[in-house]
Amino acid sequence: MKDEYLKPLPEPSIDSQPFWDGLKDRRIMLQRCSDCGTIRHYPRPMCDKCHSMECDWVEASGHGTIYSWTESHHPFHFGFKAETPYILVTVTLDEGVRIQTKLLNAKVEDLKLDLPVEVVFAQETPDLVLPYFRLAG
Amino acid sequence: MADSLNGKTAVTGIGETVYSRGTDKSSIGLMLEASIKAIRDAGLKPNQIDGIIPYSLGPVAEEVMAGLGLTDVRFSAQTPMGGASPVAALQCAAAVIAAGVCKHVLVVLGRRGYSDARVTTRLAAMPQFRQIAEFENPVGAFAPAQLYAPMIRRHMELYGTNPDQFAEVAVAMRNHAMLNDNAIMKKPLTVEDHHNSRMISDPYRLFDCCLESDGGTAVVISSAEYAKDTRAPVSILGVGEGHPDSPSTITQRPDMLELGLSKAAPRVFEMAGVKHKDIDVAEIYDCFTGMVIAEIEDLGFCEKGEGGPFVEGGRIRLGGELPVNTHGGLLSQAHIAGLNHVYELVRQLRHEGGAAQVPNAQIGLVTGYGDLGDGSLAIMQRAV
Repeated sequence: MKDEYLKPLPEPSIDSQPFWDGLKDRRIMLQRCSDCGTIRHYPRPMCDKCHSMECDWVEASGHGTIYSWTESHHPFHFGFKAETPYILVTVTLDEGVRIQTKLLNAKVEDLKLDLPVEVVFAQETPDLVLPYFRLAG
Repeated sequence: MADSLNGKTAVTGIGETVYSRGTDKSSIGLMLEASIKAIRDAGLKPNQIDGIIPYSLGPVAEEVMAGLGLTDVRFSAQTPMGGASPVAALQCAAAVIAAGVCKHVLVVLGRRGYSDARVTTRLAAMPQFRQIAEFENPVGAFAPAQLYAPMIRRHMELYGTNPDQFAEVAVAMRNHAMLNDNAIMKKPLTVEDHHNSRMISDPYRLFDCCLESDGGTAVVISSAEYAKDTRAPVSILGVGEGHPDSPSTITQRPDMLELGLSKAAPRVFEMAGVKHKDIDVAEIYDCFTGMVIAEIEDLGFCEKGEGGPFVEGGRIRLGGELPVNTHGGLLSQAHIAGLNHVYELVRQLRHEGGAAQVPNAQIGLVTGYGDLGDGSLAIMQRAV
């Protein structure tokens, strides 16, 4: 049982399944409105700019900048207890939308707004890849 | 529309249970105990209550009707906005009373926030947190401390807001709680105690975070026509709610620092017909110290980014220019999701604030902040 995965697993919806499927191929897939071209995240059924329900999926570059962060010390979930403290970072992707993720291999005192970061894919279970980030360059 | 609910209703009754960490009462028991106190305080018979707005987590309106033996309730609703719910419920109550649907609406909240499931477990089950559960829980973001800390971190980076200012909020709330017989945290707190407390989610330390509490609070909102004959009515001059853009998550807001309260505040001040200098006391939803700073800005007491300096120098303490959370707030009195803030504002404006009374308080405000940026605000006045 030592390999049991103790963290919560995402429950993909009809709207988000392509995002999670894309991660399995180590790609961050984002919804793009088929009518007006607006990219949106988290996945949802309607474009909030033009109200079209048609979308296609485009691959994000995996690059972005730090919008904000916190270093989490208290183990709010037993699945994360062994790795506290860890840095949660809000990244503005180059495509304009944001992603909440973990920042790997960084010290919190080195962080600043707008620092460039890049994706690091992690195979968490046979069916789950999560997109973590690290400082770029 | 601007004055649509101005003066149409008043808070006529307030009730609260003992607030504690540990109770042998059920949530519905706490709700009913607070309710009957509020109804009697208003000078009403229970069966005159014809509207009920319970908190969206916990026992439903039907259980309150059954418990109080109500036979003529004409309206019930919930306002599921987390900590913005109680003040949003005041708007809901005022609207249905102004529309002639009800005469006396009971807003009630009872919880075993300490004795039952803690906040991280509760949130995961809330529909408002669906996208957090799917996209943010798997990477390790669960609790309000983790979700809200990035807001104040960005505030710190942009404006220079600092932990001494957070400490000032925590110490002010504690000082006020020490004057309150129904507050949980009574031990003196210093800036050093704050800075030495353990880190929860950087920059928030233990004493930046609100309590988890057991207790019940209830208020009765009545039509102005009825209220004028009651013992100590407090008139609702303005009330409203506001939502940030893209309010289903914090991370996807166009500007993480723009909260719903910044939209509600100008509307509610206009409805109330009062200026900021008229506010004698402010009960501000204080789930975290930094939220008090952010809300003071969104209310318009200072510009965005100036909330940190604003709280310095005793300005938000009793005796200061804007006394905040005269009961001790969520940080030091108890976490009754901010209905305890409504209770306290009414107590202050009735001049029944005891050792924490703001001298001759005439007009005050109470805010709610909930979930992922929802905001609510009411401005009230002592009956003249």
